[in-house]
Amino acid sequence: MFAYYLELALRSLKRNRVLTALMVMALALGIGATITTLTVLRLLSGDPLPQKSAQLFYPQIDPNAKEGYIEGQTKPDQLMAYPDAMNLLQAHRGTHQAAMALTQAKVMPKQVNARPFFSDAVMTTADFFAMFDAPFQYGGGWTAADDDGRAQLVVIAGFLNDKLFAGANSVGRVIRINDHDLRIVGVLKPWAPQPRFYAQDLGGRSYGDGDAVFLPLQTARAMEMGPQDTECYAAVPDIRHLETAPCEWLGVWVELDSGAAVADYKTFLDGYVKQQVALGRFQRTETSLLDLMGWLRQEQVVPDDVRLQAGLAFGFLLICVVNTVGLLLAKCLRRSAEIGVRRALGATRREIFTQFMVEAGIVGLAGGVLGLLFAELGLLGIRHQPAEYASLAHLDTWMFMFTFVVALVASLVAGILPAWRACVLAPAPQLKAA
Amino acid sequence: MTLHPMIAALRRHKAGVVLIALQIALTLAIVCNAVFIIGQRIQRVNRPTGLDESNLFLVSQQWVGAPSGDDPASVDKLDSMQQADLAALRSLPDVASVAPINSLPLLNSSWNGSVALQPGKDLRAGNARTTYYFSDEQVLSTLGLHLVAGRAFTAADVQHQAMHDQRGPSIVIMTKALADKLFPKGDALGKVIYLNGDAAPTTIVGLVERMQVPGVGSWTNSFTWNATLAPTRLNANFSRYAIRAKPGRLAAAMHAATPALYATNPMRVLDDDSVKSFADIRAEAYRADVGMAILMGVVCLILLAVTAAGIVGLTSFWVGQRHRQIGVRRALGARKVDILHYFQMENLVIASVGAVIGLLLAIGLNLLLMKHFEMDRLPVIYVLTGIVVVLALGQGAVFVPARRASNVPPVTATRAV
Repeated sequence: MFAYYLELALRSLKRNRVLTALMVMALALGIGATITTLTVLRLLSGDPLPQKSAQLFYPQIDPNAKEGYIEGQTKPDQLMAYPDAMNLLQAHRGTHQAAMALTQAKVMPKQVNARPFFSDAVMTTADFFAMFDAPFQYGGGWTAADDDGRAQLVVIAGFLNDKLFAGANSVGRVIRINDHDLRIVGVLKPWAPQPRFYAQDLGGRSYGDGDAVFLPLQTARAMEMGPQDTECYAAVPDIRHLETAPCEWLGVWVELDSGAAVADYKTFLDGYVKQQVALGRFQRTETSLLDLMGWLRQEQVVPDDVRLQAGLAFGFLLICVVNTVGLLLAKCLRRSAEIGVRRALGATRREIFTQFMVEAGIVGLAGGVLGLLFAELGLLGIRHQPAEYASLAHLDTWMFMFTFVVALVASLVAGILPAWRACVLAPAPQLKAA
Repeated sequence: MTLHPMIAALRRHKAGVVLIALQIALTLAIVCNAVFIIGQRIQRVNRPTGLDESNLFLVSQQWVGAPSGDDPASVDKLDSMQQADLAALRSLPDVASVAPINSLPLLNSSWNGSVALQPGKDLRAGNARTTYYFSDEQVLSTLGLHLVAGRAFTAADVQHQAMHDQRGPSIVIMTKALADKLFPKGDALGKVIYLNGDAAPTTIVGLVERMQVPGVGSWTNSFTWNATLAPTRLNANFSRYAIRAKPGRLAAAMHAATPALYATNPMRVLDDDSVKSFADIRAEAYRADVGMAILMGVVCLILLAVTAAGIVGLTSFWVGQRHRQIGVRRALGARKVDILHYFQMENLVIASVGAVIGLLLAIGLNLLLMKHFEMDRLPVIYVLTGIVVVLALGQGAVFVPARRASNVPPVTATRAV
């Protein structure tokens, strides 16, 4: 029976090629736009560490002056000053905790004729790798003792290892960074969480390639490497001594494994701030402890333009569906006489309904295939944009399948009204008119 | 023509009428807001920076093996290297003037701070946020800034200091916008201000009409026109030079800049991105905005086309369905133009209903966008224009099927009833 409906539907679609082409085209444009923007949105709003994100928390405090403070409304600062970051780390209240800042490393290759180049670098503390599940190809991270001892060592990313050591196990070898020789203790496998949650607000980009060099915070500071972003909350006597300046330049992350641990940590954080207020260092008591996804939401890491485009695309799809409803309706009511004949010859309402739904489904599938083409074109266009996430915009298997789901759902929803109208037609008047 | 029979006829095609009206309403709502967004982006992109942008270009370079800049001797060394570059560039035949500068409007790399009327004021609670441009006595002529009060910097005003040095300048020129914010009475000239919470005073010696900050992101919206110019050459292991070419000699001057700098000192990094015309800086800064405007424009056009196609489709169907009735009306004396007007009128009625719903939807959508995005209130003129456009679109789309209806011969009425 289904084959028969299929044949009927194809026949009917062929009979009015312009109308059919119009429907398929409109649906395809709507689907193409929706899938393109959804792919980008999904890419940008994804979970950078799905297995771990619920356990990672970002503590925030506020060392600013009282002026302009409204209790309960003023949000605490995004970054942390050095003394506070160190106090939180040394309290060891989480399973893991690390402070970090972004910097630029001047890497000097050993090869003759090779020019020095800048690489994105992270200065951080020992727990960084274990806390963020950064996978090692060779070797491993450094220890807290290395942090305190300003050990001259470094972890490099796989792509830098490929560039400098042709991918060989370089653990134990020496790399020259900012005119200092550092010993490599670990080489990471490709690791680039999207969005780059830990770089948010540290002055780096939110998406794109991972960092190339990871080195102990104290070691890097001893080498006079500076953070990418510094926010000062009072007049600064000497910007070079960031450890003592009233400036915030570190991000702190804590791993907390249970709800109780989170509650405990929040109490600890509030207590810490109250203590600082008592000491006269702080005037504001606001604190915050967001989990990873909450932090990304608060930071609005997904660009407004992308969300706007996604909304626009859905509006577009809605109009295209309404349009398809109208055209399908016109098409099937025009065939009232034919429906009358079929009904008079014994077709049930259900059969008529199914027949028209099959027709709508075929329009949907055709729209989906063409829509996929439009989506690929759209993504091609996005890859040529200057945005930092541009190169990541690809259609994956899920979005590929989702395209057909959207296409079928859209066309079947569009088909319901026309099919219903067709199946409730009384056969007798139609026969008479014919 | 009375509307009554028409409405009676429409009631027999409720689904079709509702669909066309709905489609028009949705199209109106989306197109109005999209065009509004396009308008805002275009306005943003077209706002003047305050610079004379033609014949202007920027050179950014880094020295290799430069002194550290940590002690006075090495700062002096860096400054003499910068002065040598300036002299070389200024001696080029196609160059009108050159100024060393830390950034330019739209360059997205900025040094920001705050200005206060009292000394030692906390940084962020300062009276006004500002961006700083550090340059020398040629800055006004090079950038083409309009001095509206006071004086320009002289060579004697110009100091030099290391980039990390926190000392502020003793005199500044600022934009009128910033001066008016600090001194609403308009008597800023000669007044003393305090930069970045410093205790040392700074005197305002000149006012320029307009100068934009380097950042174009929304975070700069609160201080877009607040710029402060300091007569200071900053010394670091890199430098930037704003260069005004003689009229019509931009390409030649840009071409000559790199060899001239290499001739002065070959130990430096100058790559393809190092020499940039201001037109390129502008295009890069606003690329995302222009892209968004184009995308919105394309979507609007497609939406209008889809809607028009929908109207053509449904009206054609109605014309086919009412073939015989049209014949009867013609046989009873209706002229061709009456039939044409009937369908046009019918479309106008449906489109008007759609437009009214669309008006409400457009305002609702705008409120929604205002809640979730940085967006202003949609001016009524956009909605009114939108209504005119969708009504015209409906009339345009209905014309072909309506004319086909008007061509139905009266004899149709006599055929098989």
